Formats: sequence, C-alpha cells, structure tokens
Amino acid sequence: MNCNVKEIPPEKRVNKLKKPSLASIAAYPHIVWSVMFIIAPLLFVCYYAFTDSEGHFTFSNIQALSTHTNTFLLSISFSLIATAICLFIGYPLAFAISKAPKKRQPLLLMLLMLPMWMNLLIRTYSLMAILDDGGMINTFLKNIGIGELNIIGTSGAVIFGMVYDFLPYMVLPIYSVMSKQDEKLIEAAYDLGCHRMQAHLKVTLPLSVPGIVSGITMVFVPSISTFYISQKLGGGTIFLLGDTIEMQFQNKSTYNVGAAISLVMMILILISIAVMNKFSDNDEEGGIII
Amino acid sequence: MKTLSRIFMILVFGILYIPMLVLVLYSFNSSKSTGNFTGFSFKWYIELFSAPQTFTALRNTLILAAFSAIIATIIGTMAAVGINKMKNKYIKASVMSVTNVPMMNPDIVTGISMMLLFVFVGSLIGLSEYLSFWTMLIAHTTFNLPYVILSVLPKLRQMDKHLPEAALDLGCTPLQAFFKVEIHAILPGIITGMMMAFTLSLDDFVISFFTSGSDFVTLPLLIYSMTKKEVTPDMYALSTLVMVAILILMLATNLRGEKHRDKLKKRIKENV
Repeated sequence: MNCNVKEIPPEKRVNKLKKPSLASIAAYPHIVWSVMFIIAPLLFVCYYAFTDSEGHFTFSNIQALSTHTNTFLLSISFSLIATAICLFIGYPLAFAISKAPKKRQPLLLMLLMLPMWMNLLIRTYSLMAILDDGGMINTFLKNIGIGELNIIGTSGAVIFGMVYDFLPYMVLPIYSVMSKQDEKLIEAAYDLGCHRMQAHLKVTLPLSVPGIVSGITMVFVPSISTFYISQKLGGGTIFLLGDTIEMQFQNKSTYNVGAAISLVMMILILISIAVMNKFSDNDEEGGIII
Repeated sequence: MKTLSRIFMILVFGILYIPMLVLVLYSFNSSKSTGNFTGFSFKWYIELFSAPQTFTALRNTLILAAFSAIIATIIGTMAAVGINKMKNKYIKASVMSVTNVPMMNPDIVTGISMMLLFVFVGSLIGLSEYLSFWTMLIAHTTFNLPYVILSVLPKLRQMDKHLPEAALDLGCTPLQAFFKVEIHAILPGIITGMMMAFTLSLDDFVISFFTSGSDFVTLPLLIYSMTKKEVTPDMYALSTLVMVAILILMLATNLRGEKHRDKLKKRIKENV
C-alpha cells in the first residue's frame, strides 16, 4: 500500500485545542467591565483623596482625618461590640439549628434566611416603630405606669439595630460549616474520654472556625459602614463613619475629604479581612453564602 | 438541653420577627399611631396607591432589576466559562479577586467610588446631569456580576468535561457545543444567579442612593425619602408590600430548587 499522505511539518499543524478558543475570549467583556467599573472607580477614590477641589495634589484631606478620629473609634467600637454580640448569639443558634431534627432544619433555615432577603431599611424602620417614643414598648411602659424611656438616640439602640440587622449573616456561615461536620468525629472524641463540653471545644469549635471567620466579616463590614441604622436609631445624635461619609458627599466641595475617609475605611476593612482569612484555611467561597 | 435550645431558638427568632410583624400589623391601623392599634383599615394602602410616585417607583425598580439582572447574567455566564478555561493560575486568581471586590467592599464605598467616576466622566464630557438611569444600571450590573459568576462557576466545574468534547467530536463548532450541550448542564446555576441578581438589585439601597439621579427613583429610595422627615404609616404599607413580594420571590426560588432536585432524584432512580 502506498501511502500518499504527506507529513505536515510540525509548525504547520493546527491543533484544534490550542487555537485561541472562544472560551478564552468569553471572559473579556467581564474583564473590560471590571477594569472600567471596579478598578477605575477605586482609582478615582484615591485620586479624590489626594487632591483638592481644584485637582491639585495635596495631603490636606488625609490630615483632615484627625478631626474624625473620634468617629473612627466610635464606629470601630460599635461594630466590634455588635459583631461580638452576634457571635455570642449566633454561634449557639447555628449549633442548635445544626442539631435540630433533620426534617425541621429546612424550615429553620428558611426562617433564618427570610430576614436576610428583607430590605435592611425596612427592617431598621420596623425596629424604630417599636422603640420609638410613641412606639409599642413605650406605650406599653406608659400603660403599666413606668413612664417613657428614651431608647432611640442611645448607643444601645444603634448597637441593637446592628445586631438585629446582621445576625443572620453570622448564623448562616457557621451553620453551613457545622452541618457538614462528620458526626463520627464527636463520637471518636467521646470514645477517647472527652466530656460533652470538651468534645465540643476540641472538635466542633476548631472545625467551625472558617464559618466563624466569614460570619465575623459579614457582620463587621456592613456594621462599620452603615449610615441609616445610626441615622434612624441614633436619632441624629450618633454619627458613625457611614454618616460622616454620606454627609461629605452631599456637597461637591467636600467630596475630597469624603474620599479620604472612605479610602482609609476601605484599607482598614481589607486589612482586617486579610488578617481574619489567615485564621481559616479555606478561603475559597467560604464567605459566599446567600 | 433540648428544651433549653428550643427556648433559645424561639427567643431569637421571636426577636427577629416581632418588629416586622408589628410593622405589618400597624400598616392596617386606622390611626397614625405606632403604639395603639385603634382599628383595622386599608386607609394607608389607599393613600399609597393614590400617590402616582408609588407606581413610578415600582415600575422603575422592576425595570432596573430586570435589565441589570439580564446584563449581569449574560456577561457573568460568559465570564464564568472563560475563567473556568483559563490555564494561567495567576491571571485566573487576579480576575477572581477583582470580581470579588464589590462583595468584599462595603456598599457605601462601592457607591461613592462609582459616583466619583460618573461625576468625573460626566463633567469631562460636559453633561449637566451626571447621574441617571444609566449610571444606576451600570452600578447594579457591577454588584450583580460576582453573584452570577459564583453561581455558574461551580456548575461548570461539576460538569462532565467530556460532554463538550463529545459534541466537538460529533462535528459541532465550539459555539454550537456550548449552546447545545454545556448550557443545559449549567442552566440551574445561570437561573439561580439571575434570580439572585434580580433580588439584590430590587433590594439595594446604599449603592442606588449614591448613583441615582433625581429623575429615577426606586422603591428603596422612595422608602428612604418618605422617612426622611417623619415616619408615616403609608411607609408601613409600602414596606409590607415589598416584604410580601420578596417572600413570594424567595418561596418561588426555593420551590424551583426543590422541584429540580426531585427531578434529578427521579432520573437517578430510573437509571439505577
């Protein structure tokens, strides 16, 4: 048999798989979009933070931050307290849900996720309707003769608002890690002589750390940057970082200071997220639970 | 222990739900008070629906949510396909981290950063109104994108890699292989992503607040402006309606998921 097929020189071979395939350019629109609308806006924040209103380079916005030191400290402490309370309530709640009968778990999860999908503005207002001077609690207190309590405008009200709004964000990631844990590990701990509490502290808790870490981030970030919670429940007396930023952006002449505050807040948050992620090994898709 | 954890759960869920239920209850109150329930009435709903701005806001919210969800789904699905095929680890990682930025950043920073971009570009080309429906659409699409990508990517990873290869062997062009084979395998992820995007856009207040012009008001923005001066019960009525809408949307999403699971189970049983 005479084979007439000429051998194709290697440089002329066309490999179907090595051609720039359609798949590799499929991501281009997204990459272009990200550069234009994610990266460029952040660069503009930097630009505005380091220029004055005429566009000249300056450090004065960063220096002006020292007048907002108290706001920074107040915001950080409020959101730390709110995060801690969420953790103390959320961890046991997540544990209780994960230990509930398997049949009832979907319902409990649904109850937990429903508030997450509700508009945060609405949830904050519903809290306000209860805590307000003419609201349910005060009407009740007046009727039983205790008299009115000023709840709106206190730090407690603002922190309670943060806990109320963001608690589900703490519970869900912890639950999703706990529900995947192997029951046999706990049994092994019992076999090795652990008490219930010891087994929990030595097995369940360390294994739940990734969930706890993403829960903490998911509560801390919105708490530190909120402005409507402090506006509504703080009654105009408590100014947090979010309020300050919002105020600077109402007037074009203060955009630059607002950008500087946002930049510092963003850097603070990114550093704390990076530090938190060091504590948990699985950084991929750990924090994305909706 | 068991009763203790049950009491704890009831307590926490009670605190979570009571304010919302109170809000619903007082939207039917016949007086303005939020402390005394004086009688049942639809007064606030009638007042709400007689205001033309309610309908405009509702229409605007739905238009914005639909368009941003569709655009984000198209760009996001394509992006997921591309990212999944990327060979270079570093490019892949950097694209993913940029994608995640809108999810990690607080909403207020995303909002003001976009506003600064729009204001700068707007003044550069000499527009008098910088912010409009289009800026909001861009902003909503941007924060929707990561959610679409992250719900499509896992489906692509789970998909049998031989499926598109088989299609190619049978003579399909890569594009045909995608539309005839791959898209069916990842459709659940695409639909989940789109519904998530729709709901997030419906729900967003903070980013809209910074990127909206005065001529395009959505429901969350309307609710915010209604409570700027004084809280009136028609706001409660509006909130109740929004809550009911989201409840229905969420139930629909969950039921769809269950239906799909049932179908899968059935198919597995038939094959075994």
